[in-house]
Amino acid sequence: MRNFAYLRAGSLEEAQRAAAHPAAMLLAGGTTLIDLAKCGVAAPDTVVDISHLAALDNIAFDERGVSIGSLARMSWVADDPGIRRYFPAISEALWQAASAQLRNMATIGGNLMQRTRCPYFRDPAAFPACNKRSTGSGCAAIGGVTRNHAVLGTSPSCIATYPGDLAVALVAFDAEVDLGRRLVAIDDFFLLPGTTPQREHAMEPGEVITAIHVPASPAARRSTYLKVRDRQSYEFAAASAAVGLELAPDGRTIADIRVALGGIATKPWRARSVEQALKGKVLTAEAVERAARAAVEGAVDHGANHYKIDLAPRVVTRAILNLGGLA
Amino acid sequence: MTDPTISVQLEVNQRVHTLRLEPRVTLLDALREHLGLTGTKKGCDQGQCGACTVHVDGAGVLACLTLAAQVDGRPVTTIEGLGGNGNDLHPVQAAFLKHDALQCGYCTPGQIMSAVACIHEGHAGSDAEIREYMSGNLCRCGAYPNIVAAVRQASEEMR
Repeated sequence: MRNFAYLRAGSLEEAQRAAAHPAAMLLAGGTTLIDLAKCGVAAPDTVVDISHLAALDNIAFDERGVSIGSLARMSWVADDPGIRRYFPAISEALWQAASAQLRNMATIGGNLMQRTRCPYFRDPAAFPACNKRSTGSGCAAIGGVTRNHAVLGTSPSCIATYPGDLAVALVAFDAEVDLGRRLVAIDDFFLLPGTTPQREHAMEPGEVITAIHVPASPAARRSTYLKVRDRQSYEFAAASAAVGLELAPDGRTIADIRVALGGIATKPWRARSVEQALKGKVLTAEAVERAARAAVEGAVDHGANHYKIDLAPRVVTRAILNLGGLA
Repeated sequence: MTDPTISVQLEVNQRVHTLRLEPRVTLLDALREHLGLTGTKKGCDQGQCGACTVHVDGAGVLACLTLAAQVDGRPVTTIEGLGGNGNDLHPVQAAFLKHDALQCGYCTPGQIMSAVACIHEGHAGSDAEIREYMSGNLCRCGAYPNIVAAVRQASEEMR
């Protein structure tokens, strides 16, 4: 790890000013930044430690929903009684992510800034080609070992999977990212790779995430996060689904449904076509199975990751049926 | 040439140390190389194995992914600070001995620090919950069943 200057930000304004410098990087929990600095992927000149800023770690509820301060730790949010009651999918996405230690360290804002686990991205010495790391250098993953790579949202430049869980739940429930000076819808916060895979977020230099706002809804209150993976804990998703369900007063007609997927796409993937196919319909296993196929519309595999195209609709189906009491 | 080091004050096991360190020095290297506290182990040094688990502000964290400078002003507890006075064992340490929850022992300090945090944080309610909250600590000897048994027993004693 190359040495760097350390600056402990005393205020949000100081952090924003320092973050405007291209060679500066913000440090919160450190679980991404220090890891990538050790891999030789990140090489900041200055590390701006924002983890001591006061008043950015609250979890506050009102009638509209919840505001989660960007420095709240993953473990606090996972265990928060209000989050567990009104946004169970968020709590479940958090406690099924990473390990207990990483959840105690990593912040909610930092969680949104985590980088892909693509092994080609993480190993510059062995794989010089990576468009995400080094613009125009190529993609070592295409034609490589692709079992964990994306099948949705890919481009000829990049097929790296978005690795997180929390953001999948946030995308399902229309969260907004608060950058202090402006709000960005979570679906617009994450960018598709296209021809610019080095750009993953809609943040500009000098911007700092201050909070995430999630609107309350009946679907968020009746929600779940189902994560399927190669081992039961401390593993990234092979495919995952955040699902919320609101039934009409008759107890069987779907009034509102939210579906988002993780582990299969280059960004947290909202499956609006699945939602549209089910809204207003009677909840049956058959209807859900049929609609869930739309989750992978347009999917393109790269060989070893083909299984994700079969797996993802099954994960969506099971998550909806679990919520509806039909599984 | 400018001095690349900064002054860092570390409170470890209730003792305060003032060190001059390069900013890139991790808490793990500061503990082992600068303070001689070698109970905290360096396994992968990449946040994957849990051997370096310590408590910061009472929560289990990975010392290899924490900068020493970052915890200036936050109390750190290592395995050396767990037992209290003299040779007293912490109930989790005693349970690990009783259940033979180790073979080579390299991962054990990290396992014990995670187990104490898991119990304090209220996540030792069932074997499944213990497994989830201990999953960040790898044991290559495969002592997992005995580790779960030790954590379960210690959590009952610590109620």
